[in-house]
Order: sequence, then C-alpha cells, then structure tokens
Amino acid sequence: MTIDLTDTNTSSIHEALTQARRRLGGPASGMVLTLIIVTDESAQYDAVRAASQAGREHPSRVLAVITRKPKAESRLDAEIRVGDTGPGETILLRMYGPLGQHADSVVAPLLAPDVPVVVWWPDEAPPAPGTDALGAVAQRRVTDAAASDEPQEMLQTLAKVYQPGDTDLSWTRSTPWRTLLAATLDQPYPELVSGEVLAEPGNPTADLIASWLGVRLGIPVRRGESSGPGITEVSFETPEGKIMLARPDGRTATLTWPGRPERRVALHRRDAPDLIAEELRRLEPDEVYAETLRALAAGTGQ
Amino acid sequence: MTAEPGDPQGLAPASPGVIADTEALLPHNPLRDPRDRRIPRVAGPCVLVMFGVTGDLARKKLMPAVYDLANRGLLPPGFSFVGFARRDWADEDFAQVTYQAVKENARTPFRDSVWQQLSEGVRFVPGSFDDDAAFDQLARCVRELDAERGTGGNYAFYLSIPPGQFPNVVQQLKRSGLSDSGGHGWRRVVIEKPFGHDLASARELNATLDGVFPPESVFRIDHYLGKETVQNILALRFANEMYEPIWNRGYVDHVQITMAEDIGIGGRAGYYDGIGAARDVIQNHLLQLLALTAMEEPAAFDADSLRMEKEKVLSAVRLPADLATGTARGQYSAGWQGGRQVRGFLEEDGIPADSRTETYAALRLGVDTRRWAGVPFYLRAGKRLPRRMTEIALIFQRAPHLPFAATDTEELGHNALVIRIQPDEGITVRFGSKVPGTAMEVRDVNMDFAYGASFTESSPEAYERLLLDVLIGDPPLFPRQQEVELGWRILDPIEDFWASYTKPDQYPAGSGGPASTDAMMARDGRAWRRL
Repeated sequence: MTIDLTDTNTSSIHEALTQARRRLGGPASGMVLTLIIVTDESAQYDAVRAASQAGREHPSRVLAVITRKPKAESRLDAEIRVGDTGPGETILLRMYGPLGQHADSVVAPLLAPDVPVVVWWPDEAPPAPGTDALGAVAQRRVTDAAASDEPQEMLQTLAKVYQPGDTDLSWTRSTPWRTLLAATLDQPYPELVSGEVLAEPGNPTADLIASWLGVRLGIPVRRGESSGPGITEVSFETPEGKIMLARPDGRTATLTWPGRPERRVALHRRDAPDLIAEELRRLEPDEVYAETLRALAAGTGQ
Repeated sequence: MTAEPGDPQGLAPASPGVIADTEALLPHNPLRDPRDRRIPRVAGPCVLVMFGVTGDLARKKLMPAVYDLANRGLLPPGFSFVGFARRDWADEDFAQVTYQAVKENARTPFRDSVWQQLSEGVRFVPGSFDDDAAFDQLARCVRELDAERGTGGNYAFYLSIPPGQFPNVVQQLKRSGLSDSGGHGWRRVVIEKPFGHDLASARELNATLDGVFPPESVFRIDHYLGKETVQNILALRFANEMYEPIWNRGYVDHVQITMAEDIGIGGRAGYYDGIGAARDVIQNHLLQLLALTAMEEPAAFDADSLRMEKEKVLSAVRLPADLATGTARGQYSAGWQGGRQVRGFLEEDGIPADSRTETYAALRLGVDTRRWAGVPFYLRAGKRLPRRMTEIALIFQRAPHLPFAATDTEELGHNALVIRIQPDEGITVRFGSKVPGTAMEVRDVNMDFAYGASFTESSPEAYERLLLDVLIGDPPLFPRQQEVELGWRILDPIEDFWASYTKPDQYPAGSGGPASTDAMMARDGRAWRRL
C-alpha cells in the first residue's frame, strides 16, 4: 500500500509506518539494513526500483532523499510504500527549501534500529562522501564515478578523501572481469611481462582493473582505448605469446592462450539492481578497493 | 591490512561461504586475496559427463543448475557437458532437450548469449551401459573436448541412474580408461542416494566404486546438505553466543525432527516398494539433520573436522530399548488429502496388495553424550500427511519455577526454537508473553525470522551449490562412506525388527500419521508438534 503525507514530520511518518504494518497483519520485520538514496526527482524512479529489486535479496528500509525547489519554504512530503515492492519498506522523502540542506535531521529518526546504514548517491556524489552529513551516518557509502561528467577526475577525488566504507559502482562493475581473470590465473601460467586493458575512453572500471592488475601482479599495465561497448579486452604479454580475454560484443568473452584452443564464456554487463545487490552483500570496508584506488591516484598501478 | 600481496598467508583461496575451502588452489595466483570477498570461486576447466540424462532429476534440477552456474559466471571458459543415454540422439537433439529443461526450470533469467556459449560445449553419446563401443566413443568424445575446448583432462561423472546400474557403468569407465587420469587432470564421480538399502548393500556399493575411484573422488549427493538453511544451522549454532549455552540437556526437553510430505508415492512404486519412509529419508536426510543439531563444535569448518564431529555424534546414537514402543510405522489408506480424494498406498499402481512397506516411520533415538544424555530425539517422516514441511524443533523444558498464579500461565506451553528447512525457510522462536490487559495472563507467542521470504530469490539452489562444489573439489557438504554406514547401523536393527513384526498400521491420507505414533509420544508424556 502507498500512503502520502504532505507537510509532515518524522513522528507522523513513524506512526503511519507502524499502522501500515499492523494493517498488513504485522509481518515480521526481517530487515537487514537501511539504504539511503540521495537523488533528485528525475533519477529517483530508476534508483528506487533498483533498490527494491535488490531488496528481495536484502530486505531493507529504503529512504529516498529527494531535494526540491531550494528557494521554497521548508516542507517535508513523504510517500510510504509498504507491502507491494518486496519484503522491505520504501519511503520517499521530498524536501523543499532550506530543509534540503538538513536532510540528516529527517533521516536520523527514520533509520531502522540495530541494522547497518548504507548511503548511495546514484548520480552526483558530494565532494567528500565520508564527511558528508548523510555519509557520516552510514557504514557504507556508495558512489558511482561513471555517472559523473569526469569519471577519471572523480576517481582521483575519491582516492584523496577515501574513508573505510567507501565504495564505487565502477569498482562493482569490475567483479565479473576480475573473477574471470582470477580464474584464468588459477591454472599454471607463464611469466607475465606486461598487461593491457582496452575500453571505451573515460571508462572508470577499466582504469580500476588496470590499476588492480598492476598492484597485484607487479607488472606495468597499460590502459588503452577502444570503441567499446564497455571493456573490450584484457591481455598479458608473456614469453610464450599473448594471453588475451576479449569481449567485443559486451556479452561473450573469448580466452586466447598460446598453444591452447580458444575458449568462450558468457561475460555480460550487469544492470543497477545486480550492482547494488552485490554492494549490499558485504558491509565491511573493501580494502582491495582502497589499495586499487590509491594506486590509481598515485599512478603507480600502471 | 591483514596480508601483503605476495605474502604466502595472503594467498589462501578466497571462499565467501560459511564453510571454508579445503582444496588448496594453486599457490601462485596473486589475483586471489582472502580480503577480496567479491571474487567467487570458479570451477577450473572441466567436462561434466552425465549418465541418466533422460530422468526427471536431470531435467528438473541438474541441467537448470548447470545453466544457472554459467549465468552466474561460475563455470570456466570452455566448460563442456556430455550426456550419455540409450537414445538415438545427435548432439543437437540433446542440446535441444537441455535447452527445454533450462527454459522451463532455470532459476536465473534466460540469456541467449549464455545459452549459446554453453551449448557449444554440449555433446551426446548414445549407448547402453553394457555397450563397450559406446564407452569407447565417450572416451573419444571427452578427449576431443580436451583438444577443442581446453578442458584439461578433468572429468566429473554424474551417475543420475539407479544404483543397480552402478557396477556396469563404473566397470565400463574403468575398462575404457576414462576413470584413470594418468596423472593429468582429475576424475570425480557423483552418486545420488539411496546409498544402499542396508549396511551390507551400502558396503557392496562402495566396493564397486572403491577399486576404481579413490574415496576422496567420490561425491555422495544428499541435496539436503546443499540447502542454505541446513548450512545456516552451523552458523546459528556456532557463530552466535545466544544459543549454544542452552543447547544441551540442561535446557532442552526433547528434539523433534520432521519431514512430512503431502504427496503419495506417485510414479515411484518400483523404487519405493520394499524401501519405505525410513530407508528413503530417515537414514540420510533426517540423521544428517540430527547430526548437525547434536554435534559438538568442529575445530574448523573444513570437510574433515565437520565429518569427524558428525561421525562422533552418529556413533553415539542409541536405539530405544524396546523397539515396539520406541518406534511406529504406518501406511496411508484412502482418504481426503488437501481437498482431494486419494487412493491408499496398497491401491497405488505397482504396489502389491500385501505390501508391508511403510509410508510413515517414527523413531525415538537417544544420543549418548554428556550434552544430550536423557534428551530424546524424535524423528518422523511420512507421505500423504496434511502438508509438506521439514523442520527441526528444540522443545525446551518449562521454567523451573513460575512466580505467577497457576491460572495465569495455564496457556503457557514449552519454549521452542524451530528451524524450518522447507518450505518457507526460517527460524521461529516460541515464548510466553503477557496478554495485554489488566490481568496477568501469559500465553505463547511466535517470533519469526523468514530466511526464505527474504533471501531465497537469488540464493543458489541446493544442486547448484553441490555441482559447483564437485567441480571445484570442495567436499565438506558431502557425506562420506563412514557416515552412510553409521546411518545403516542405526536403521538396520529397526528394519529387522519391523520385518519380523506385524504389518504397518493404517492411517487415513491427510491425517497426521497412525495412532501408534501419537501413542509412542504419549507414553513419554509428550506430543508431536502439529503438522
């Protein structure tokens, strides 16, 4: 059911939530976290939809913080959705006027008790997520460099202000590639001399993969450009020839290994619900991301 | 930072599951880091050869599980899947059968690109299990796959066939040289329950495999152990502080382990007659659940430590002194089940009218350890019961003293902790709570954790998890021969007693079992939980 509250406050929202839950027969609240989405009216639909799909795996209270009309008088409108979007609860909080600068005062009383808090900026992230008023409440802060106008610069900034608990969806997008690369090197392999990652210009995920490979393998890894889609190739030079994983179509990758038959494997690109579900699976600081990001910023990874 | 890249301690395989990896991956993969929790385990290059591909299990569970693994990116490049059956099929026909099975039963969304890539590695070898030429053809087929698709000489043989056929197939695998890796690559064989029908036949079955495959390459699938909730028993018990202190005879009055099915025997008459409920599910599933519930904390979550603890507790299981009062068995008779009129067991197609096979069995077992002495474990399993349900219920003792008037607590029962395995996986805690009002009145209430409702959507199917573990070579979730034999040691005396005893009692389909099962509980001053 959906409940609309206009010009309201957090205690009325609380009351409405409790009543809604009672009316639905008092379902057990097995919520595992609170997810705060900081967004605007135009982007909220996709983000909330992704969050409620991810909520099937991670039942959560989703708080969408939507700031509107900064010049208007302060006002809080709430839209509560319970019972029809999955196991959790979704509350859209529309903040008008100066209240938009004090979103944390609205969010704090609405956090589900005893469970971790994650904040996600699907579009533009604050300059320092860890010290942002909302970011400071959260154990986990999810940004998306790919959504910014200057992804590479954004990664640089994120590296400077990194706090344990920060993560970025462009790193999440690297998981299938990194999985496949790790699996490739599970077999005995020749000495790796250098590496190369080819992707569309400005693809932050490719930058992170190149940096990761550089740190882990201790070899120079070049970041080259192709016409996409996304990442198209990762290869290693070895004394025996080139080991190469190529994915020209964004769907199927081919593994080429000197002296062995070509092998193919599905490697598709994932959409927002999958990414956010992966992000919510583990809430401890991602140290590997931190190392990779730091090396990328320092230019030592490549 | 816990480990530097390059530090040997930092190179253990990354294993996100509850149960740690035991197979050492190659020690020199710098891309794997235990702190990198995002990268899952992926099977190495291999071929999965499946016997019995025309069966229900293959179509409904195994083929979809293979696809789901591929879709989740957990199968290696070049993974190949070979079917073997007595059908006049070409590779394409078998691929079509697999395609249909995947489309209908896969849990993850169907993606054409994944299927295309998977289907390139699908092969079919026609033949019967005593046909030398067919097995030679199979040997050629997998070697071709090694050459074409780089599967590296690693083969897993999945025997989804009746146990009577095992000797034939295993001997053929040996004769054709398929079972011998010659030091290149690995060989694994997967078998499904039943693992024999008594101790002697279980040993015989094991002997068939033993000469051909080393014990660590034999994977016995008990799909119950692949279920998330079953693995969650270990997390619940050993990752928490709240439960273990009361998980003993000091607080627990008794334990009930139930596996109820609402269906009859359906088309399985040929298999079921002469087997019965106890051999079918108690010997394996229910005793495994008992072992996980009653065992001590393992030293580590690896295969050996887990099995050691399970074997310890299974060897401490004690049968009731009087089998006549400590067990009960029944056969469903015609009746109404779930709003439909159904036939009785003796009227089912393929069941002789004088069959003495039980469709319901209940046992009272003791566990002779310091932790459990004097706490009975009641196990029951049956068909055509009111609903489908598997659960473990720990029923606690009553509080030693109630500082309330007797009338205040009239409706207060025993506290209980119930682990629901299926359906609606989760945990329920039952405790007393004050009824709102001016009078002091305490009544039972339930607190529910719905593991199922919230997490199942993308949690892997049991077969998916088990297949992946076979391909990776990770054995903790598979029972070892010793556990199978201990199960038969417990059940054999009961089966012998039943065989020499009268016929099973009748119970109407849709009821909660024969009257003798309730009488068995009543003698102990207890009652079964309602089904």
